[in-house]
Amino acid sequence: MKFTKLLATAAIALGLAGTAMAQDKTKVGFVYVGPVGDGGWTYEHNQGRLAVEEHFGDAVETVFVESVPEGPDAERVMTQMALDGASLIFTTSFGYMDPTINVAKKFPDVKFEHATGYKRADNVSTYSARFYEGRAIQGHIAGKMTESNIVGYIGSYPIPEVIRGINSAFIHARKANPDVQFKIVWAYTWFDPAKEADAAKVLIEQGADVILQHTDSTAPQAAAQSAGNVITFGQASDMSEYAPRPRVSSIIDNWAPYYIARTQAVIDGTWESTDTWDGIGPGMVGIGEITDAVPEDVKAEALALKDAIANGEYHPFTGPLNKQDGSAWLADGETADDGTLLGMNFYVEGIEGDIPQ
Amino acid sequence: MDFGSINPILLLASLMVAATPLLLAAIGELVVERAGVLNLGVEGMMITGAICGFAIAVNTGSPIVGLVAAAAGGAALSLLFAVLTQFALANQVASGLSLTLFGLGLSALLGQGYQGIKPPPFPRVDIPLLSDIPVLGPILFRHDIVVYFGLALVAAVWWVLKNTRAGLILRAVGENHDAAHALGYKVVRIRILAIMFGGACAGLGGAYISLIRVPQWTEGMTAGIGWIALALVVFASWKPWRVMLGAYLFGGITVLQLNLQAAGVAIPVEYLAMSPYLITILVLVIMSADKSRAPAALGRSFHASQ
Repeated sequence: MKFTKLLATAAIALGLAGTAMAQDKTKVGFVYVGPVGDGGWTYEHNQGRLAVEEHFGDAVETVFVESVPEGPDAERVMTQMALDGASLIFTTSFGYMDPTINVAKKFPDVKFEHATGYKRADNVSTYSARFYEGRAIQGHIAGKMTESNIVGYIGSYPIPEVIRGINSAFIHARKANPDVQFKIVWAYTWFDPAKEADAAKVLIEQGADVILQHTDSTAPQAAAQSAGNVITFGQASDMSEYAPRPRVSSIIDNWAPYYIARTQAVIDGTWESTDTWDGIGPGMVGIGEITDAVPEDVKAEALALKDAIANGEYHPFTGPLNKQDGSAWLADGETADDGTLLGMNFYVEGIEGDIPQ
Repeated sequence: MDFGSINPILLLASLMVAATPLLLAAIGELVVERAGVLNLGVEGMMITGAICGFAIAVNTGSPIVGLVAAAAGGAALSLLFAVLTQFALANQVASGLSLTLFGLGLSALLGQGYQGIKPPPFPRVDIPLLSDIPVLGPILFRHDIVVYFGLALVAAVWWVLKNTRAGLILRAVGENHDAAHALGYKVVRIRILAIMFGGACAGLGGAYISLIRVPQWTEGMTAGIGWIALALVVFASWKPWRVMLGAYLFGGITVLQLNLQAAGVAIPVEYLAMSPYLITILVLVIMSADKSRAPAALGRSFHASQ
């Protein structure tokens, strides 16, 4: 009994000492859902982390844990990071939302930043990028480029983030080509190359000649490449190793400026809980080079669309738009408000199939 | 809902591809179990084979050399299991489970630096004339060589087990190792060879995923196929052709459920996702209602002094 008590005290003392020593350097933690080498989502978050290290040099120490499952494991990893003296922790997947809030309650002095979620607290900020702006450009290119008029879409989970992307891509594909149809497969994973490859092959077999993906690996790109006459878009990262075909463009997440700004805020003591949602304009969403596989005029239109979105002239969700069941959503010229977009749980008119509940 | 968009020819063709890793791993495990050894480490040997094959294929530029390396890698890992269970007489269940955990960790370690790399493309054999036959051509004769190798292996295992002296000895060892020992057969040596054969097959199955089906390396990419292979052997009553049927059934329904999703069938996705497991188990349970049973010495340790 006494012995265990002694051990426990020693452990606490050590823990405190560890925390105290870490104060000299600001420690920033990152929790990743996939491996840093996924070539997509996690890869770009890790690029942001490396940019933080380069920017601050010796003043900041970063730690990361990769391939952390969404759920109880995530909570354990975050708790460990906080105990190890991290003063700022970025949790970079939607499914970390509740774990982040739970851990944040236990460590009021540690700042948390949760990507793509909507729950905040005094020490929890949220941040995300307006990927749907990039999806609009992909949709336009897809609509112009498809010959079979079938566009395949690999969804991860039926959450607002993904549904928003599907709607944005569909609206602009239809604008470019009134005959276009979307076939949607839900993979129920962010990262499982075998499953993503199978999903891509199935979509190609069913006639899709454009594949859009909202999963993180390059497996669908490889499947499209071996199928031949299919185009794809890089997701989260440039995936330029598959350019100029099948990858004709991409959405690139650029987290570095945000990560550097937030780390600076912690160092200065000016950190506050905020909600950041930036798009192409501020540079959080980048559009990868549109390759020569895309005809000149389509490329020019896509770039014009990008500029219009970037300078705020055009909002990808501009009325008139109806919901899937035909009920009116946005009147002519009306644009969607952020609240509706963040909670989006419906398809727009023209998409076939139901959102899994 | 639009069933017309599902192309049955392409569906059957991709069924064969989806079933191949499972088929290879299961036929290897079948031989191991017929020799009276229960190796639960199939998943670990598969994933080790996947990274060994991937790494060697990337470094040598030859996918064939990669496949050979994958079989060697799987066999090498199974040798660890053989030493533990045949010489140290360790518990087979515990050793097999630890082999899976060890294989997953080892493959993650070996795989550092191989993520996001493209392996050399695998040559597809178009068998002249045969591949031009309408319907049958695309289904049967336009695959990579490993698909055919898997089929040939099933036939070979069946023939050897049923019609040759070597098969008889292997079965004797699996049914009653004391009697086989009394007759002068080297029980331990035969079992080690069977275990290594199983390891090589599992390794090959893993490399099929990382080199041909995906093709890419990621940690844990075999995603439980090894466990399904184990279950398949039991449900198939330790019979080679039933293993093949089960593997094709499983592969077929896996592909079909994605097709149904893409065709917009109004069945909830969760039911579709569990259907391959349910239907495969159901069919094989019904089929195993005959008098077949497990090899009598399955899972029992053997030592000449006992």
